[in-house]
This record gives sequence, structure tokens and C-alpha cells, in this order.
Amino acid sequence: MPHTVYEKMKENDPEIPKSKILEALESQDLSIEFDDALENEMVLNMGPQHPATHGVLRLLVSLDGETIKKVVPDLGYLHRGYEKLAENMSYHEFIPHTDRLDYLQPVANNVAYTLAVEKLLNLEIPERAKYIRTISAELGRIQSHLIAYGTTVMDTGGLTPFLWGMREREKILDIYDTYIGVRFTTSYTRIGGVAQDMPDESFAAIRKFIDEFPGYLKEMRDIIERNRVFVDRLEGIGYMSKEDIINYGINGPILRAAGVDSDLRKDNPYLIYDKLDFDVPTTTESDCLARFWIRFQEMYESVKIIRQCIDNMPSGPVNALEPKKVLPKKERVYTKMEELIHDFMLINFGQNPPVGESYGAVESSKGELGFYIKSDGSGHPFRMKIRSPSFCNIQGLPVMLKNAFISDSVVIIGGLDPVMGEADK
Amino acid sequence: MKEERVNLIKEKLASFGIEYYDVNGTTGIVTTPEKIVDVCSLLKSDADISFEQCRDAVGIDNFKKENRFEVIYNLYSLKFKDRLFVKVILDTKKPETPSLTGIWAGVNWYEREAYDMFGIIFANHPDLRRIYMPEEFEHYPLRKDFPLMGIPGSIPLPKK
Repeated sequence: MPHTVYEKMKENDPEIPKSKILEALESQDLSIEFDDALENEMVLNMGPQHPATHGVLRLLVSLDGETIKKVVPDLGYLHRGYEKLAENMSYHEFIPHTDRLDYLQPVANNVAYTLAVEKLLNLEIPERAKYIRTISAELGRIQSHLIAYGTTVMDTGGLTPFLWGMREREKILDIYDTYIGVRFTTSYTRIGGVAQDMPDESFAAIRKFIDEFPGYLKEMRDIIERNRVFVDRLEGIGYMSKEDIINYGINGPILRAAGVDSDLRKDNPYLIYDKLDFDVPTTTESDCLARFWIRFQEMYESVKIIRQCIDNMPSGPVNALEPKKVLPKKERVYTKMEELIHDFMLINFGQNPPVGESYGAVESSKGELGFYIKSDGSGHPFRMKIRSPSFCNIQGLPVMLKNAFISDSVVIIGGLDPVMGEADK
Repeated sequence: MKEERVNLIKEKLASFGIEYYDVNGTTGIVTTPEKIVDVCSLLKSDADISFEQCRDAVGIDNFKKENRFEVIYNLYSLKFKDRLFVKVILDTKKPETPSLTGIWAGVNWYEREAYDMFGIIFANHPDLRRIYMPEEFEHYPLRKDFPLMGIPGSIPLPKK
């Protein structure tokens, strides 16, 4: 009598090797019998190509009826080896690759990476560049949270809010078009500043956007706030205790939804966040609905931040005056000898940071996005470790999914808001 | 991290005989596989130090004869809002260190990643298997002796 899935498969095909994932799944005395389908547990493969897993996340689910007994997440379907690639390119060359980490908010990743490298180089950037970067990062946060908003509602069966979210997101992409020149994979920041200054028309476009956006947010809120179907699908689902969340190293909106006031923008301020007035929304329910509203409130805070930046925007250069570390303007490279030499040296040999280790982290829309860089004094990083929030947050999935219904797994994954480009690196 | 916090940690860890290093302004401590579990349990459980979260584990291959590998744990205190790095230096031939999953549950996947990429063995780890690469993959891709282009044939193609 075959007891496990593996034994059953072995009967049909004696050559078959035993998968280690299956071994892990069966490690907790989960013997599965096949004599009566209704009384026994079933192993279900969810993903990697599944519309509800928000990318290429694969879950092996062990089910008792409709209840989930155990989950083993399986990653690596989008693993591109960025840490290895980074060791073989100069610090500048890696900036376009950061776009592909968290592809819902490319600009915020550019900002995070360049901040980490500037910390390693001990480079201070001009005030105006700091403001422009703050605006970009906050627009990125809104951009990412709008997707989280739309997909969460879509997971519960409503399509309209998703289209509304995409409509607003499209406006942000149009704003990027006015000052970056591209809409999506931006690669906007440079080490020591930004690629180009923000023109006046962008200010007008951003001001128009932040004036109108809170009104649209209210609309988005009204359509679902007291919607029976939506609230019943999310309330009390995916609960994880505060102690567990802390113990698993989860941070970002999920940690704040469990009642811990932790935000790197407040705790270890970078850029100009110490000069700005904004709140860190927290709540204590720690379920999917709480996570959803935390993200929603953060969009209001981002609008507040952008408004303050626009109002207090200083004038001046957008790149630091450090010829040995910062790339010169292209038109000067073509006409000036000194700039040509510096450009040649920076492109061919890169910046040579001091020997040592450095860690730079920012609060991205999903949690702490950090870069641990070890330098041996050459133009390439000796080792660069990306601390990606999605990877660490997915680790809590087995705890949240335990004893949930299989239909709720969709909203629980949506509540984590993982981006697999970042989780798989 | 504030000066008095650093001094407090130095005082509490004095009996372990630990070295300190600098991560561009943040304090780091250097320890050995024998002491790491005791040091980290103290860092977490002591109410005056209180590093409740471990947010990352960084594996590094230094590519030298002695003490080739190291693992750096990235600890964060939610109470005091600061950060500490704990570096453990490992042997070249047998890179092995006790797992910290008993102290912070979240270390599980970070250690799996370090195992996958560098072949560092974490003793007593509950589920030490590869996380990104396929199960049957035999090499450790982030080691310095692994070529950037990969090793031809290391991932077998399906039979014709």
C-alpha cells in the first residue's frame, strides 16, 4: 500500500529521484493515503505561473480539505545572479540593474543604491539633488502602493479599483517622462547626484498631480471602505502575532501593521527626511486589512512629503563637485581636456573607494532595502549583498498561511505585496 | 549608534574577548564559531542591548589561504533604533558555524542563501538546502573561483 505521493510515483516509475522539496514537505509525519480522497491530505503545487502569486513564486501546499496544513515556498525562478554580476562591473554600471530589482518602483531603487555607494565613497551630494531624489523616491512609493492597492482588491474580485490605481500610476510615469526622459526603467540617479536637473514643467506636473491625487484617493477609499465583500475577505485573515513578525525579521508596512513604529526614514534619517514633517501610520490588528490600510495611509504621507519638497526646493547644482568621483557632463567631455581625462578614468577604472565595508539602507515601499558593500580599493565592489525586503517578508508566509483556507492564500500573498524580481535577485 | 550604547555592549561582552571593527560608522563585532551562539543570545535577550531582529546574513568569500569565509549578521534593535553587525570568521577547508535559527527564526532563509551561494555549513540548521539554485546543482556560484559565465554542463539539459 503506497503511503506517500513519492511512493505512489515510484510505483509508476522506479527511476524517479526523490525531490528534496518533497522530503521537506513530508518531514512532519504527513503521510498521505489515496484510498479515500475526502478524508486525506493532498499536496498541491501553486505556481510558479499562477496569477495570484504576483510573479514567479511557487508554493507547495499540503491541504486537508480546504485548510492549509503546511506550506513550503520555493524561490529562484527569477534568479539572475545580480550579486555576482555586480562584482564584475563598476559602481556606475550597476545602476541600470537596480531598476530590475523591485520593478514596481525603479527610481526608489536607484536612489537606494546610489546612497549606499555614496556612503562608501564618503561623498556629500548637493542639497537640490537630495530634494529631487526625495521626490523621486516618494513618487516611487506611491507608484508601488497603487499596484498593491489595485491587486489586493482585484484578488478579492473587484476590477474597477485596479483600473483606477493604474490610471493614477500612469500619471506618475508621465511625470517621470518629463524629467527623466523614460517612463519605466529609469536609471535616473548617478553617483554624486542625478542624471539631469528637473525642469519647471515637471514641477508644474508634480504640483498638479499632488493637488488632484488626494481627491482620487478618497474615491478609491470610498468604493471599498464599507464594501461587505472586500472587508469580509480581508478582515482577520493572514494574522501573524507581533512577536512572530519581529522574530522572523519582517519589516516595512507589515511590521507597522502589527503595532511597531519602525521606519528608517524617521529612525535613521537619510536624504532630507529629518527636515520633513510626516507621520508613520501604525495599527495593531496585524491582518491583511490592516496591512492594506497602512499602505493606503502611507500614500497620503508621501503626498505630504512631496508637497514640502516642492515648496522648499533650493536652487543650485545637482551633481557634487568631485571630479574624481562624479561623472562630468557629456558636453564638457567633448570640449574640455580635464573632463575628458576624468571621464576616461571613471568609465575604465571606476571610483576607487577606500578599503573597507559599508552598509546603506533606505525604507523602500516594502521594507528595508539595503546594500552591504565590501570594497578592496578597486573600481569594482569586492562583494555586494542586496538585502531585499520581499525576500525576507516572504519568509513569514508559512506562518500566515497555516490553517487558512486555500482561497485566502491569494489575499495573504497579496497582503505581503512581494515582488519576485527583488526576492530572487 | 550612540557612544554609550557601544560602551555598554563592550562592557557586557567583555568576558568573551571580542574584537571590534567599523562598518563605515556603524559598530561591528568579530567573533568565532565557538562563541557566536552565546554572544548572539546575550545580544538578543539582554534588555539593555535588545537586538530583537536579525535582518540579514551576508556571506563573504575573501579568497585567501587562511580564514577564507566569513558571515556577517545584520542586527537591528527596534527599541533603540540602531544597528550592529556580527561577523564570524570561518575556516577555509571546512567552513562551518552553528546556526542561529534558535535565536532568530528569520535567520533560516538568510543562512540557506549563504549555504547556496558559498557552501557555508550551518550546523543544527533545521532545513539546510539550496534556496535559489536547483537542487542538483553542485557548485557554489558566489565563490570567487566560480567563473562569471558559469560552468558548461553544470545544469544538465533535458534528454532528447
